[in-house]
Amino acid sequence: MDLSALRELNADRRARRAAVLVTDLDDGSSRLLHENDTVGGELADAVRQVFRTGRSDSVEADGKKLFLNVHLPSPRLVVIGAVHISQALAPMAKVAGFPVEVIDPRTAFATAERFPDIALDAEWPQDVLARRPLDSYTALAAVTHDPKIDDFALKAALDAGCFYVGALGSRKTHAKRVERLLALGASADEIGRIHAPIGIDIGAASPAEIAVAVLAQIIRAFRTRGLEAKDAAA
Amino acid sequence: MDNPAQIDEIRDPLQIAENWVGEGRDVALATVVETWGSAPRPVGSHLVIDAEGNFHGSVSGGCVEGAVVTEAMDVLESRKPRMLEFGVADETAWRVGLSCGGRIKVYVERLA
Repeated sequence: MDLSALRELNADRRARRAAVLVTDLDDGSSRLLHENDTVGGELADAVRQVFRTGRSDSVEADGKKLFLNVHLPSPRLVVIGAVHISQALAPMAKVAGFPVEVIDPRTAFATAERFPDIALDAEWPQDVLARRPLDSYTALAAVTHDPKIDDFALKAALDAGCFYVGALGSRKTHAKRVERLLALGASADEIGRIHAPIGIDIGAASPAEIAVAVLAQIIRAFRTRGLEAKDAAA
Repeated sequence: MDNPAQIDEIRDPLQIAENWVGEGRDVALATVVETWGSAPRPVGSHLVIDAEGNFHGSVSGGCVEGAVVTEAMDVLESRKPRMLEFGVADETAWRVGLSCGGRIKVYVERLA
């Protein structure tokens, strides 16, 4: 690897940008590719594959022996709402490997006692997200039920291309939310990306069961990135 | 894939590699490019080595790092990349093996 590629790769990783370093194992040359780069030939499929799975791989493409080392930002979860569901969802997501951050401006909800060992912000989402912006490797679950708190975060998640956007609420609640998000300037297509009612259908009843359903939906969204069409059933 | 949310500047091999180069050191990078069977570190794992034999990171659970460091010093001198293979099947070629029974291929190159 040449030094400029190393510096660029480290800068990408710090900025949470996905990158693949392609090394030609015969001549030692290397180049760095990003998710929206145009790649031709047999390499294109292999590059798509490693971006999707996050698993580095040795491949033969276009008559060359290549090593594709993929560096994906670690997926993280931002939960809007320090509610009962979040008390189960945050520790579960942590166990599953997602760094978690819970945001809720209501100081009665957002307490360290209710969320031990969880990154917690007792602030408005607009303030927290201005400091730590959402990105396409972030999942956002909005579970306060309160438009004043949820709506801004949901719009921000759609704008940032979060790999998962979920919102708690019945179909009726969601229909009203759709109207409000349209008024905020979100397109119908973008709004269609929101998982609502939230969570895969496992008949979840308790807050902890709903947390399981939400976490499963987040994992599926992450592992099937780029294959959204097949995910339509969710 | 990196697991921590942020790059751990103290332990991240690629960040250390960049820092070492910045200090004017001659640096080699070893990368696991293929694994078979049970391998202790996944494909893509790095070990970074300088000409004094200092190293950071890992390409196995500590089983073959010593041999990789030695090879890396040669790579730094010859400036030619090298492919190394370790595993139970290769114990005649390599004195070190993987006790877990897996097999790994490690690519060693000089950062230039």
